[in-house]
Amino acid sequence: MEINRPLKQVDLKSKLTLYFFRFIVYLVLILFAAAIIFIFYTLVINTTRAHVQIQRGLSLFPGKSFVRNFKALFGDTNMFVARGILNSLFIATCSAVLTTYFSALSAYSLHLYRFKGRTFAYMFILAIIMIPSQIASIGLVTILYRVNFVDNYWVIILPAIASPTTVFFMKQYLDSNLPYEVIEAARVDGSHEFRTFNQIVLPILSPAMAVQFIFAFVASWNNLFFPSLIIQSSNKRTVPVIISLLSASSPDTFDTGKNFMLMAWAIVPMIIVYLIFSKRIIKGITAGSVKG
Amino acid sequence: MFKKVLLTLLVIATAFVMVACNKDGDNSGLLVQKEGDVLVIRAWNTEFQDRFRAYYPGYVKTNTDGTDLLDDGTIVKWVIVANDNNAYQLALDSALAQQENAAANDKVDIFLIEADYATKYANDRFALDVIGELGIRESALANQYQYTKDIVTDKDGILRAVSWQATSGLFAYRADIAREVLGTDNPTQVQAALSDWTKFNQVAAQMAAKGYKMLSGYDDAYRTFSNNFSKPWVDENDNVVLDQKVLDWIKQTKEFSTKGYNNGNGLWSEGWQKDQGPDGDVFGFFYSTWGINFTLLGNSLADPDAPKEVGNGLFGEYRVVYGPESYYWGGTWIVGAKGTDNPTLVKDIMLKLTANEVIMEQITRDVEDYTNNKAAMTKIANDPTYGSAFLGGQNHIALFTGAAENIDMSNASPYDQGLNEGIQNAMKDYFSGEATFAKAWENFTNIIKEKYPELKMPAAPAEPK
Amino acid sequence: MQQTIKHKKKSVINYNKWGYYFVAPFFIVYIVFSLIPLLSTFYYSFFEYYYHQVRGEIGPNFAWFLNYKALFADGLFFKYLGNTVIIWIIGFVPQIVVSLLLALWFTSTRLKIKGQGFFKTVMYMPNLVMASAFSFIFMQLFSNTGAITKLLTDGGIIGETFSFVDRVWPTRGLIALMNFIMWFGNTTILLVAGIMGIDDTVIESAQVDGANSLQVFYRIILPLLKPILLFVFVTSLVGGVQMFDIPHIFTRTNGGPLQSARTVIMYINGLLGPSKQIGLAGAASVILFMITASISMILFFIMNKEELEEIKLERQRRKEMKASWK
Repeated sequence: MEINRPLKQVDLKSKLTLYFFRFIVYLVLILFAAAIIFIFYTLVINTTRAHVQIQRGLSLFPGKSFVRNFKALFGDTNMFVARGILNSLFIATCSAVLTTYFSALSAYSLHLYRFKGRTFAYMFILAIIMIPSQIASIGLVTILYRVNFVDNYWVIILPAIASPTTVFFMKQYLDSNLPYEVIEAARVDGSHEFRTFNQIVLPILSPAMAVQFIFAFVASWNNLFFPSLIIQSSNKRTVPVIISLLSASSPDTFDTGKNFMLMAWAIVPMIIVYLIFSKRIIKGITAGSVKG
Repeated sequence: MFKKVLLTLLVIATAFVMVACNKDGDNSGLLVQKEGDVLVIRAWNTEFQDRFRAYYPGYVKTNTDGTDLLDDGTIVKWVIVANDNNAYQLALDSALAQQENAAANDKVDIFLIEADYATKYANDRFALDVIGELGIRESALANQYQYTKDIVTDKDGILRAVSWQATSGLFAYRADIAREVLGTDNPTQVQAALSDWTKFNQVAAQMAAKGYKMLSGYDDAYRTFSNNFSKPWVDENDNVVLDQKVLDWIKQTKEFSTKGYNNGNGLWSEGWQKDQGPDGDVFGFFYSTWGINFTLLGNSLADPDAPKEVGNGLFGEYRVVYGPESYYWGGTWIVGAKGTDNPTLVKDIMLKLTANEVIMEQITRDVEDYTNNKAAMTKIANDPTYGSAFLGGQNHIALFTGAAENIDMSNASPYDQGLNEGIQNAMKDYFSGEATFAKAWENFTNIIKEKYPELKMPAAPAEPK
Repeated sequence: MQQTIKHKKKSVINYNKWGYYFVAPFFIVYIVFSLIPLLSTFYYSFFEYYYHQVRGEIGPNFAWFLNYKALFADGLFFKYLGNTVIIWIIGFVPQIVVSLLLALWFTSTRLKIKGQGFFKTVMYMPNLVMASAFSFIFMQLFSNTGAITKLLTDGGIIGETFSFVDRVWPTRGLIALMNFIMWFGNTTILLVAGIMGIDDTVIESAQVDGANSLQVFYRIILPLLKPILLFVFVTSLVGGVQMFDIPHIFTRTNGGPLQSARTVIMYINGLLGPSKQIGLAGAASVILFMITASISMILFFIMNKEELEEIKLERQRRKEMKASWK
């Protein structure tokens, strides 16, 4: 309103700086994106190259050794990679299901019911988030070793029922998406509380649950610390445990083509799921952590 | 809708559990033996597995899940945990601790041990008496080299394990580089040039002058020094004893590193393995008899898929000599685990694979490993037609029949693996110039404190110059 | 009408017990698998309890503060905690700065950046990658014979004898870089959402009043982003303390040159190795927990100073009101 310079000039100068600035921004963004894509690209390309080729350097083009690397990796009867992938799949699926369902249940409880100790319960769950998970793992491992209850999957899967961050996100979602009238109506209709939860609330929650399921699945799939302390039999290993054993130098780690193939199997499945659901997932990151 | 999906997932998950549980418990249908149906063998690499599958007469085939089938119906279950960072020992300790309460098919039946921690397990707590409890007669083991029995004989004089190898240490050098720098590739003459450490260091200077490295990394020569200790690493009062040889190794390696005589590679690293191949510029490697076929051969090829013959990379261009000092490197022993439910099978495996002259000779002829049978080795040593194609026709067995008799493992301690790894790890920073000697020593102390808190470290020594 | 009201009243009282039932699984599982172990860790921290290679299991022998004294005397725990903090700072500071910058760019009405969806998707991708696999790949690429090391050497960017994995700061730097790559996407998305949540009219009126971009940023955006920044800070801190997968794999379980990349969790993990030092590991865990908890609480109080003062004032007012009634 106070502008006293001729409009045209102002426009040009500020337009130029704007364009320049935008150019810089796009450049930076593209560089970041390119660096990240490059890492994944190299990973995938190297699964098709033989060890000697990889040793010679990076390449933009795929090689012909995919089948060879594949056979070397899955044929290695010591690493039990195929079994490892199945183990990881099993544990991750079970964990994600349990986490999602029980977090929804807990969040619903804290959201809807006014019972004594409700605030305490919620604060407690929030406080748990700040405890490094490994501290509890260490204690758990010690107890399990004393009673010799190691090398099984129960102790890895069952704790997934108590996932404070998921409860937090679900509760936030419920707070803004679950109208009380719906519950009321269900009660008037004579619906049993548990049934109300399963048949009415869960469907409403499903977008959040879908996203949290993916997060929980990925977290379990990627988990190294606790499984590495618990699992001993070579046929019970999960993928991260196999990778960790591989990283310590030994003759078996020499075939880098095989190694990259393993890394690809560890990473690519998650990425594919992510790319399919990326919009939802990115939305889900913020849903619940930001209050309007 | 979502409920249906959730329900389906729960069903699938349950199904998984049932299938998984079933798989593990399924061994009905096999012949019921007086002994266990499953033989559990624990090892840290595939070396013994390869030997077993190729040479044990009772072996029939390998199943798709990695277990082996024997002719009497027994299933062999291999549990392989890599050695690094004491991981193998850790897993083994856990398994043995549960031995009493474990189900019959999960009981550890055989486990392998290395020289580095043989003394820890060769005792009444973990291992069966080979002669008294397993029933192998002393006469059957007569042809074995004495030192292989000494190291696994406990303080009461009872033999606790047997080995199929006599692992003399040697120095493998590249004939092509030898020809260029020393003017000859003849093993006798090369040995003369390397017969003690002073001469060895001189040759290193010669190599450097022509643009070659003497060794690949810092740890290559370690064993040559450490196996010549005059006392064990740890005494009975848990004191760590720093032998002069360790300081000698540190001094030499620091000199080599400063003068550029090595490539700074860690043992088993990609760089180290690459240095053994056609692109490498390193003159020689300290190796043991088992390493030649197990590792060096593979690394020397230009094309791993092509036939292993002259023309493929450095095949045929390596020779072996004693080197500046005699030493041994590792060696694997087979232990019958206390509490095994398959003692007869364990006994048979031990007999066949460590005491059977015919099998031992065959192993040597096939894979050039130096097996634990004096009669077989002497026979091959005297065989004028025997020569290793990989080693350009050299009869390396003849070279080592003498050396094997002189191996002395009396200074082994149960802590060797951790201490050896620890000092190599800590000194690496000193050699690379990243740390002073004092800092590297402090690092060594910290590493040992974490691994073996019961040990007492000596005061920091002066920097070896 | 009356009947319905009665019905309502009755059902409200009855239904609340379901709150207990529904939240029970969480608490039962948490108590069994986390709380009891935490207490047991705390318990064992007062015992001498480890595995002697020759003599076998030693302990548990009650030993008061033996383990705590050992931790403080050696200083190893604090050395490794220091490593953890250093690596975390090297990674986190760029992370928050870059994410904030990117978030501002994305939400700037002037710049109107297109293709945000694409960029966000790509930037978030590393967050889902298995840290151990990611670290393994970096280990291979940056080792002394690795592809990227070679590329940089051939291109003259680094010297022939430069080594990423044998030098203290390059190793720490690469680990921090990996942490950065894995998390900056997540932080950016959170900050974008946070900035979008700020009412436009507030910003507009400030601009009308003559505030330039910098002032708008410092006086308006930053304070309103406090809750998100706190959230990001605390979660990053807790995550940082838990740093394990990446340094463990990248340094081939060795802890790097001079153990400079050995984190505190790697240390505790090592204590549970062949020597099974349960007592010492317990003490270390307790101290770690206390440090993390204190920092979180301090941060919480600092960031929420005003709200907490308000709550205090409220309470005082209520007290005064009650007193005046009497």
